[in-house]
Order: sequence, then structure tokens, then C-alpha cells
Amino acid sequence: MIDTILKPLSPEKLTPRDFKSDQEVKWCPGCGDHGVLISVQKAMAAMNLPKEMFAVISGIGCSSRFPYYMDTYGFHTIHGRAAAIASGVKSANPDLEILQVSGDGDALAIGGNHFIHAIRRNIDMTILLFNNEIYGLTKGQYSPTSKQGMVTKTSPFGTIEQPFHPAELALGAQSKFYARSIDTNIKLTTELILSGSKHRGTSIIEILQNCVIYNDGAHTLITDKETKHDFQLILRHGERMIFGKEKNKGLVLGGNGKLIVVTIGKFGIAEQDILIHDAHNPDPHMAWLLSNMSAPEYPVALGVIRDVAALSYEEKMVQQIKDVQATATIKCMDDLLNSGDTWEVK
Amino acid sequence: MSQKIKIIERDEVVIRFSGDSGDGMQLTGTQFSDTSALFGNDVATFPDYPSEIRAPQGTVGGVSGFQLHFGHMEVNTPGDFADVLVAMNPAALKANLKWVKPSGTIIVNEDSFTERGFEKAGYDSNPLEDEKLADYNLIKARVTSLTKECLKDSGLDQKSILRSKNMFTLGMVYWMFDRPLEHTEEFITNKFKKYPLVVEGNKMVLRAGFNFAKTIEALPYNFSVAPAKIKKGTYRNITGNKATAWGLIAAAEKAGLELFCGSYPITPATEILQELAARKDLGVKTFQAEDEIAGICTSIGASFAGNFAVTTTSGPGLALKTEAAGLAVMTELPLVIVNVQRGGPSTGLPTKTEQSDLMQAIHGRSGECPMPVIAASTPSNCFEYAFRAGKIALEHMTPVILLTDGFIANGAEPWRIPKMSDLSTINVPLAKEGDDYQPYARDKEKLTRKWAVPGTKGLEHRIGGLEKMDVTGTVSYVPENHQVMTDIRSERIRRVANFIPDLPVKGNDEADVLVVGWGGTYGHLTTAVRELQADGKDIALAHFHYIFPLPKNTEEVLKRYKKVIICELNEGQFAEYLRASFQDIKFNQYNKLQGLPFTVMELKERFNQLLEEK
Repeated sequence: MIDTILKPLSPEKLTPRDFKSDQEVKWCPGCGDHGVLISVQKAMAAMNLPKEMFAVISGIGCSSRFPYYMDTYGFHTIHGRAAAIASGVKSANPDLEILQVSGDGDALAIGGNHFIHAIRRNIDMTILLFNNEIYGLTKGQYSPTSKQGMVTKTSPFGTIEQPFHPAELALGAQSKFYARSIDTNIKLTTELILSGSKHRGTSIIEILQNCVIYNDGAHTLITDKETKHDFQLILRHGERMIFGKEKNKGLVLGGNGKLIVVTIGKFGIAEQDILIHDAHNPDPHMAWLLSNMSAPEYPVALGVIRDVAALSYEEKMVQQIKDVQATATIKCMDDLLNSGDTWEVK
Repeated sequence: MSQKIKIIERDEVVIRFSGDSGDGMQLTGTQFSDTSALFGNDVATFPDYPSEIRAPQGTVGGVSGFQLHFGHMEVNTPGDFADVLVAMNPAALKANLKWVKPSGTIIVNEDSFTERGFEKAGYDSNPLEDEKLADYNLIKARVTSLTKECLKDSGLDQKSILRSKNMFTLGMVYWMFDRPLEHTEEFITNKFKKYPLVVEGNKMVLRAGFNFAKTIEALPYNFSVAPAKIKKGTYRNITGNKATAWGLIAAAEKAGLELFCGSYPITPATEILQELAARKDLGVKTFQAEDEIAGICTSIGASFAGNFAVTTTSGPGLALKTEAAGLAVMTELPLVIVNVQRGGPSTGLPTKTEQSDLMQAIHGRSGECPMPVIAASTPSNCFEYAFRAGKIALEHMTPVILLTDGFIANGAEPWRIPKMSDLSTINVPLAKEGDDYQPYARDKEKLTRKWAVPGTKGLEHRIGGLEKMDVTGTVSYVPENHQVMTDIRSERIRRVANFIPDLPVKGNDEADVLVVGWGGTYGHLTTAVRELQADGKDIALAHFHYIFPLPKNTEEVLKRYKKVIICELNEGQFAEYLRASFQDIKFNQYNKLQGLPFTVMELKERFNQLLEEK
């Protein structure tokens, strides 16, 4: 039996304002990061934890300036390494609530190795993955999520690289929690950060973020007022996968194992034919299908796509130490020094 | 058969066990050295093995050796040349003959001296018939067939029987040196307790070897090496890597902090991570990271969160950790980086020793990025210097590089066990709830900032790799501030010199020659200097443990001597460093890059030459 790590509750009620630092926010006007900052501050205030228990850890990139704008413990680290550094922070002090902030370049290119291994170990932290499909801070080079053919400063004739689907990478690393939101949807992002925080283990929240300067409109189909209802599906556990302006579109599973978009009332499709979202299903196949849907063929899945309970790394680590210590004969350094073969010289 | 005819008293003896890397030579050597240490001898050991786990059998490249030196005087090195060589096959003989003293004893497993064996070892004919061997006391023993014969009714399978043949040779050598078998018998019983047949088999073969040597009177005499005159106390054998691990645990205990080690396995440093991983009983947290970079980064995270954090590696791994080491300098977080040096560059010689990471340790980072560098010099004092590295890191809020090397890391020696109460205190500059905290406000004496650990109420703050404003720690691009912060980072590491001991000198203040060394060459240098001093030569030794910053009396010591010679297992990195620091002193050099330690003989030869120079 592994003891759950219980976090102390905050003695005072905190507001989003309590999480604002005195530093001027220097992201470009109109940048999607502003919305995420508000969402994080709202979510943290709602978590009801003492402020000193939060640590915000980032790598390098525009989004990685995040810790400076938060009045919590914060660590702006080096390019790609935030997941590794956050893993060390959490292992050293499992009581802390860790928010790790990375962009698509930071987490999936230079830091790809740490990203997948943090997930594989299931270290209890929430990773906000800002995906704007471009390198912003270095002024407009393609990233590992840029769409093939995209013209950027380092791909003047279009990229010839296949992009990563971050969810596939995470699921391949046996991710237990994967959610997706849009930078401008503060309500949903806040809700997802709260769910991610409750989940024990590595929670990935991919945020479709718009870089107004270097990749404006990357997610337009999903975010535009006119089209978004037809191209986003907000998943909720236990609810049917219904979307569309008229709430008459839905997903069914085809005989070939593929998802099919159908219209309720057409070709004999009724509401009860539409799939019900089971975020807790340990089998990752449906999460794979849902997270891989892309517009315009499909709506893009938002919300909690997968949320499967498992023990976290540090819970197991703490328990293993406790178990060994329960029966250990070596209790301090002097015991160790004098253990095993020793002899007296008189 | 008569009993032992004659016993010859010896001050010291060197034995080298050698065979295929699967022949169990490391175990055989370790058993002999433990038994000798328990008997009261001073002991030094040197495992010398190939990096392939099972290199092609019977080839020179696959030979694994274990040399040990024991005596009734102080023993500082594993010895240059062996009195006794055990060669389990022709390749082992070929690889090691040059390390045997003239008229030394060579024990060979005659069964492996076949046409096939000669061919694999690259001999044209049977080397045992070569007249070159006539100068040695050659003992031919059919180790394989005698082991088989001994165990034919044991119920063991053929593979297990063959595996026990190392016990036969160990038994022979035990007889030659009049050693008791009890320690090894007990070891066998514990190691194979799940396999009673193997326990019985190994014990039988050990005794058979012992009796065989006695029966054939392997030597016309027995060697006897009396116990050493050693300081009173409780002793144990310890390798450098284990001592390093224990020194780090001791520092954590003294500081009252949890120990965290983020690391990635790399030869020859892996045993430190392994030993720490086994120490859950003392609450040690180990994190086997996905790569070297994550090794140091998880440790930096753990340090930020208030653990005593360490990371362990070897040369190429240190290169990978470079950028993150810079982050630890910028954020002024305590961290110990252990570099067990091996032969380089690149993958180089992973299982061999060298001192060629010195410049990498001192300078190998982007920007002006100073951190203290210290070096251990013997297997057992890895404990002391790991502890001191921890003390400097925690009290001065800085990453510290601890250099050891493959030679002292794998070598073992008896060690007088210290008491924790005798170790110095470690005072950690932690910020406390209610403090008026500024992340980069400093203590006046050491110029350290305070460590405000997440979870402490009211001390929320941000740090990172960007240049920080003096005192407040906010991001700053102010040109003058970068100068101020660069100066502070440099000065606060220089001030570490105020907290380390002076450089000691062994020998006369006006000696003709001062020998200078650092790190793992101590045993060979001190033996060479001591032997020359015993011959009446005017020579002294200054051996460095503190590399950066240097002890405050360094210049005064170096200037006292007419001739100074710096000896290192590299092309002269410490010499370059000292030349840059003290431009008006002339330094001679003695350098070697063979992946091997110095020999006392070559050192004495070079020192004699320098003593004679006008």
C-alpha cells in the first residue's frame, strides 16, 4: 500500500491577483500567452493550496518567460531541460505543486528526451505545452510541430519534415493524462489545469497557441468564430462526442477502426449512436484516435482526452525508501561506516 | 612430502592475477587483498580490465588483471612490478610478462597452453618452452583438469565446474603466502548461499589448490609478510568510488539535508550511483536519468528544492553537463559534480586512468563561469574530499567539481574508519520564514546568497539562467550590472581559498627538487620521493588537492625551490595552469599518457636526472 502524498490546504483564500508578480509582462500584444497566464493564475487560486507550495518551472522560449510573471517559486532554466529540472524538484520535495511550462521547440525538439521520460516515469506535475508551430523567440524558424511545407526563415522553400503530433509522442511514452485547450479559451484552460493538478502523475496540457507575429492564424479553423463550432469537439468524460453549431454532429466508430463524423438525424443516425467519451479507459487506442483528429476532416479534440489513474514516480520513490528503512539495520552514517567486514588494529 | 622448508620474511609483495575477463580474476584478487588486510597488512590494489564485458576469449585484448601490493610497511601504490604473476592462459602471460620482476614467480594454467591458445594470443610456439622464461620460477599447474577431477562427483554441471578454477589458483597463492582460507570460505558461503552445491564445490577447489601447492612445494620456501605497524583503530577495505559515495552521504547527514543524486551510468563512475542507489536505508534518493544532461538537471532541480544534490560522471559526461553547470553557477545553487576521469578524448579508454579533464573542469563552460575544483588522491580519501566538496558547495552556495580517476576509483585500500562526530560541521545558509529575503543579497564574508527553499512561506522568488540584477535577482541587461555580477561570481569563488588548508610539503624546505602533483598520482609520487629521501636525496613533494582556487601559500611554496617538476597523467594541464598563475617560476614536467598510472621506477629515474642537472 502506497501512502498518498497529501498536500496541506491554504489557510487563507487566495485570488488570481495573489499570483501576479511585480514584473511587467513583456509578451507581444495579442500573444496567446497572455490568456494562458490568466488561466494559470485563476486555476492556482482555485486549488486552495498555500502559495509557497507552487513552483513554476520553464525552459527557454517566449512561453518560458512565464515564471517571472508569477508570484510563486519559479525557475527559468535552460533550453529543453525544464522537464528534467522539474523532475528533480518534485523528487526532492514531493509536497510541491509543479507547473512546468514549455513551448513546442523547448519540449519537443531540444527537450524531447526529457519530455518523454518525464511522462514515462509519471512524475506528478502539470506540463503546459504551448504549441504555436513556430520558433518565436528566435524570430520565426520552423518547429517540430510546423506543418509540412510551411515557409519559414529556415525553410524558405517549405519544410520537408514531418511534424510531431505531441499527443502521439506522449501516448507513446505511456501518458496517463492528456488534455488540450486553446489559448483564448480561459474557462476551458483553467478547468484543464485544475484537472491536471488533481491527476497524480504527469499531466500534459497542450495549448493551441497563436503567435501573432510569426505564425498568425495557425489554428484559425479551430478558433475563428464562424468555423470553430464545426472544428472543435470539447470532450467531457461520460458525455457523448457531439459538436457543431447545431449540436447535431457527432463521432461514431467505423468498421475499419476509424472515427467517422456523422450528422444526427441523417442516414438513420440517432443521438444514442454517438460515442460516449471514457477518459478513464486504460486502453489508449481511443485516446490515440481522438487526439490525432485534425481539421478540416475532423473536429480537433479539446478537453481531457485521457485521464487514467496510476501511481506517480515520487509516490513509489517515497514508499520504497520507507519500506527499506522499516527493516534496515543501518540507520545512520556511523552504522554504515562500521558495517560489513571490519577489523581492529590494537 | 616434507612440510614447509623455509620461510622467507618479506617487507612487501606484489601479486598480479590475470586471465580472460570471464575467469574471475577481479574476484580472486579482491579475495586475496581482503584476506591480507584482515591479516593486518597494508594493501593497495589496481584492477586493470578491458571495457568489453566478455572480450574474445584467449586474446590479449580480453585479458583482465588485478594487481595487489601488500606489506608490513606503508603501502601507497599497487606496485610497479609483480613478484608473482598468475596467468590463466597464454594471452595473460603475453600481456603481463613485462610486469613481472626478474626471477619472479609465474603460475600458469598449463591446460590452456595449447596450439589454439598460442594462436589466439599471437604466439608462434609454446612460450613455456621459451628460454626467456628460464629466468623465472615457473610453476605449471593443470588448473582446469585438476579442478574437473576434484569436482567430478560434485553433482555440478560442466560450466559451473570450469567457473571454479579461479579458486584453485587462489588456494595455491594462499599457501605460498601462508594465508588462512577462512575469510574466502565465509565469502563463498554467503555469495552462493542459494546454491549449496556451488558453495561446497568452490570450497573443495580452494582447498585442493592450497593442498596442491603444498604437495608440489610450489616454491622451495614460503613468503611471510608480517602485519603492518598501523595506527590503532577500526579498519575496513574501501574502493575510491564507494568512499566517494559515502563521503557524499556523510556530508548530507552533517548538513541535515536529504541527499539526491541524478546520474547516468558511465564507466568508471557507475559504482558511485550504484552504491548510492543501495542506500535507501539512509534515505538517499537516486534518479537514473535518461542522459547525462538530465542527470545534472534533475540535481539542479533537487538543489533548488532544498536537497543536497550531486551528480556523478566521467569526462565525456562532464562535457554534456557543461551548459547546466553554467546554470548552477548563475543561480548560485549548491551542487557536487563528481568526475571520475578516464582516458580521453571522446570515448577514449573508458576503463583506463588519466588526469586529462583538469582544464575542462576549471574552464570548460561558456562565459566567465568559475566554480571550485578539488581532487581526491587515494581510494580512501575520496571520502574526505567528497565530504569537503559537499561542505564547500553547501556553505558557499556553488557547484563544485570533485575530480577522482579510474585508478583510485577502482583501487582499494584499508581505511581507518572515521567517526561522524570527528567530521567538521556544515552550516547551510538557509533563508527562513519571516526573513526580509532578497534572492541575490549576500553575506559579507563569503559573498554567498541565501538559499530560500520552495515551501518556505513568504520567500517566493524567481531565479534562472538570465543575468540577474545584483541584490534583487530580477532579470537585468544593465551593462554595469553584468560587470558587477561577473566580479562577484569570480571573487566569491576566490574567497573559498580563505576556508581551505595550506598546501603541505613533505620534505626539506630547501630541497634541491620539489615534486608537484595533484589527485590520484599521490601514491606513486610519495613512494618515489620517500625512497629517494631514504637514499639521502634532497627532494620534497607538494601534492595538491585544492586546484581552484589554489591554497593561499602556493606561490610561497613553489618559489622556495630551485627546481620544480610537475608530474601528471596528461600533457601538462596543471603545469599550464600554474604557469598562467605564476609566470616567473620555471616548471619542469613529467607526463605520461598510456592509460596507466606512473611507475615508481620511472619517476625515480626522472627525479634522479633532475637532481643531477646543474
